[in-house]
Amino acid sequence: MFRKKDLILIAVLLAAAAVSALLAASAHRGAGASVRITVDGKLYGVYCLTQECEIVVDGARGHNTLVIAEGCAYMAEADCPDGYCMDYRPIARDGETIVCLPHRLVAEVTGDAKARKLDVVVP
Amino acid sequence: MTARRAAHCAMLTALAMIFGYVEALIPFGFGIPGIKLGLANLVIVLALYLLPVYQAAAIQVMRIALTSFLFGSLSMMLYSLAGGMLSLLVMGLMRKTKGFSIVGVSIAGGVSHNLGQLTVAVLVVQNLKVAFYFPALITAGLVTGGLIGMVAYRVKPVLDQMEL
Repeated sequence: MFRKKDLILIAVLLAAAAVSALLAASAHRGAGASVRITVDGKLYGVYCLTQECEIVVDGARGHNTLVIAEGCAYMAEADCPDGYCMDYRPIARDGETIVCLPHRLVAEVTGDAKARKLDVVVP
Repeated sequence: MTARRAAHCAMLTALAMIFGYVEALIPFGFGIPGIKLGLANLVIVLALYLLPVYQAAAIQVMRIALTSFLFGSLSMMLYSLAGGMLSLLVMGLMRKTKGFSIVGVSIAGGVSHNLGQLTVAVLVVQNLKVAFYFPALITAGLVTGGLIGMVAYRVKPVLDQMEL
């Protein structure tokens, strides 16, 4: 079933996955401070992770409700066709993201200390 | 193209669409939203081995276009095409390269499909951080492509006898 070149391919792919996983791990392991929401690549708002709240994002393509509770952020509601954004595990570490592709929305945890002092930053 | 061959291509397109529908019923997670087994790819892998490349490509395009028009949207079609056409191209080249079995070809297809979609996702949301899913998507493509390839390896001898 498997030939020699297949096994080489599998080994190369596993190595690529391991190396990129290590790089990703080194890039975001610290605790996050705030959640940065962008729609269509533009900043929608920055929200403190310690402040429990519900953020309703009204984008041009639809609605998403991001909830911040117990230091984590998760997508509680969305009217996108696939609903994948609601399947993401809660995010809390620096660099973690939740993506809603149909609405072109990204919620990204940042370690930005500036947001620690603020409840909400609106552009 | 003979009428017989045209009928076979249409039948395989229909089968790929049904597989795409059925796999929504099979939970296959990895904890990453949107990861699928890629059952439709079973049809495409086999088509690459049984039919000329352009006919396999036609089945892939028709499958994506029809599924998107019936159940999805235009933007969904663009994401599907990015993954589908890249994996078809990679699998077509791998098939011509000596030394890879149908399992290896299927693995390359699964991984390239995921990377094509990830690239489009990064471009659409304009956020490079999304590329952190890179390792997870390589692993997922390896596993799903491997499983599909092993099934294709078993099914191919039967289809060879049928002289498609």
